Amino acid sequence: MPEAPARRSREPRRVGFGHRLSRWDLKLSPYLYISPFFILFLVTGLFPIAYTAVISFMDWDLVRNTGTFIGFDQYAYVLSQPKFWIALRNTFSIFLLSSVPQLLLAIFIAAMLDQNIRAKTFWRMGVLLPYVMAPVAVALIFSNMFGDQYGLVNTFLTGLGLPAVPWHSNAFASHLAIATMVNFRWTGYNTLILLAAMQAIPRDYYEAAAIDGAGRFRQFFSITVPSLRPTLIFVIITSTIGGLQIFDEPRMYDQFGVGGANSQWLTITLYLYDIGWGQWNFGRAAALAWILFLIILAIGVLNLLVTRRLVRDEGSRTDLTPRQRRAAARAARAELATARTATEPATTTTEATR
Amino acid sequence: MTVNLSRRTKAFAAVAGAASFALIATGCAAGEDAGSDGGPVELTIATFNDFGYTDELLQEYMDENPNVTIVHNKAATSNDARANYFQKLGKTGLADIEAIEVDWLPEVMQYSDLLAEVPADVKDRWLDWKVDAATDADGRLIGYGTDIGPEGVCYRSDLFAAAGLPTDREEVAKLLEGDWAKYFEVGADYTAKTGKAFFDSAGGTYQGMINQVEAAYEDPESGEIIATENGEVEDLYNQVLDASATQSAHLGQWSDDWFAGLSNGAYATMLCPGWMLGVISGNAPDVTGWDIANVFPNGGGNWGGSYLTVPANGENVEEAQKLADWLTAPEQQIKAFVNAGTFPSQTDAYEDAALTDFTNEYFNNAPVGQILTDRANAVTVAPFKGEYYFQINDAMQQALTRVEDGTQDKQASWDQWVSEVNAIG
Repeated sequence: MPEAPARRSREPRRVGFGHRLSRWDLKLSPYLYISPFFILFLVTGLFPIAYTAVISFMDWDLVRNTGTFIGFDQYAYVLSQPKFWIALRNTFSIFLLSSVPQLLLAIFIAAMLDQNIRAKTFWRMGVLLPYVMAPVAVALIFSNMFGDQYGLVNTFLTGLGLPAVPWHSNAFASHLAIATMVNFRWTGYNTLILLAAMQAIPRDYYEAAAIDGAGRFRQFFSITVPSLRPTLIFVIITSTIGGLQIFDEPRMYDQFGVGGANSQWLTITLYLYDIGWGQWNFGRAAALAWILFLIILAIGVLNLLVTRRLVRDEGSRTDLTPRQRRAAARAARAELATARTATEPATTTTEATR
Repeated sequence: MTVNLSRRTKAFAAVAGAASFALIATGCAAGEDAGSDGGPVELTIATFNDFGYTDELLQEYMDENPNVTIVHNKAATSNDARANYFQKLGKTGLADIEAIEVDWLPEVMQYSDLLAEVPADVKDRWLDWKVDAATDADGRLIGYGTDIGPEGVCYRSDLFAAAGLPTDREEVAKLLEGDWAKYFEVGADYTAKTGKAFFDSAGGTYQGMINQVEAAYEDPESGEIIATENGEVEDLYNQVLDASATQSAHLGQWSDDWFAGLSNGAYATMLCPGWMLGVISGNAPDVTGWDIANVFPNGGGNWGGSYLTVPANGENVEEAQKLADWLTAPEQQIKAFVNAGTFPSQTDAYEDAALTDFTNEYFNNAPVGQILTDRANAVTVAPFKGEYYFQINDAMQQALTRVEDGTQDKQASWDQWVSEVNAIG
């Protein structure tokens, strides 16, 4: 808010240099303080992203650091490869198989940990333990368990008289196995984030609800879930990005790390890695990297919209749709503005309509 | 007051920034030293897995050349080494001597002008085909050959005994003497008697077969891809898959199941390059039945092997060449063989008793040195491997796996391979 006009009139007409400096200081210092991150990001983050974009339009030779400009050919090549579409299918399949059960389970476990139980810290640290394990170690252990002939899971299944699952030749089975590794590692991590958000919900809500006669389930769905909205959006978006970039687990799933003989568990990043570091075609790899970036961006936006719609606003008790709500808010602001302009001089209109 | 604070912060940030740049700069410049004029020199050598270059061996060279200090960097796998190599080749940061594997030699050969040439006077040290593979179109040899992978046949004598087949390694060699048809014939016999698998996988066996084909996938003259029209390739494909239907354990090499199969007798034989001996004894330490026969279907075959290269833009090219020369001399190569089982590619080494008298306790005291020498001498074909050889071969390995794990039939898998090969390039 700018100062009131009355105070402004009392200032000296001539502004001294020291004064001007201190005003700059007030305005610029915060930006200076946060600038190291952005400078670092420019150098280490933005530059590679831009450079990747440049390379993606070229036939690039990494060793000699030269390339010839060929336009959108690399993009066209990648999009025309059947392997790309299989990789896209696999990525989404593994992403859905991991993210959905993972988040549901994480909310459930977090709600349990939020209760008044004994040895709270022990249980809370316990759920985070798998996250501490290196992904490669997790993949090694699990791919051993999911061995086709001498794996633990199939030995157990055949022991029960059930047929052995072809973990490495059936696409869906391989996705399930990889999703299991991801869930094992990330459920606890998401649980703790959701738990922290749950702890921040004022206990008065629950007390009031209990007095009103709401049961545990009603409390969970009417208080806990709506209050988790911002956290849920964060968790869903991070797990979307992570899920679409999945690499370690499918790479370690078999001995070659190229996604299976029939591309059963080839994911986009695995395909990207193979083009870049297997075939040394950095132009194509860069094009694929940008395609992946755009896909993640699109899914992220979609995610945000869906999540905002599905999970209701904290404390909102209206049946209006978001569009109706926005329209109502606009109408209220306009009304306020007209009311102010009627009573006050023109100087403040800008502020009121803002 | 706040003004001062902000000024100080700026100054501090500038200092910090300068300091970090200085750190990066010194990091890049580390390791350089005086040239080859007799002054002190620090040589770096980068290898992977185990080349058999122990500290004692390198110390020997340092004792002979007091002005030289050697720093040895070992990467865990050749994949790590490969990624590092191509990232830095043509720029800076590579060691004075860099080891490369024959698997990525065709890729290295595209940049042979960035590597120092091996002096002509040592060229006749190696087997001809070892030299030819690392010689570029201009006739420059850019790699100092280290080891090769002559192949024999490893077999489980206890399983052979149970099937009523001979167990003595000389008799097994006689039994398997012949072409691939003969090998699969014995396999059919074994499978009929025991109902168990004869070899580990179609992929591993195919690797032994394709390494005997002179020009499998690409035309040596034009570099054009001929894989899909090459009748020889299709014939091998059919031959190995026909046998695989009944004789293969369907265990892809290097998979967890395959390692388990090494010790639980899932298969009775396996094609065995010299370096495979260490893999078997290391992963099935409790099995006493493994043995090696001095025979290979269709004559000799070579699988794998490495070279040392000297990047031309290094700080101490001349000194590095001297060290590479010394390390790949027959005497040192035999020591490396004793240390790590890397079989020499140097012709003089094959007459040395230290090599020919070497026996391996794990393989029932088989005269491994003599057997592998014989196998190396039996190699007559040096397959041509062009720019796309390994992409095509990888796709072929996957085609074989698709049939072995039942995802596709023989024809569908072949068709998919053809379309994949057509997309390469």
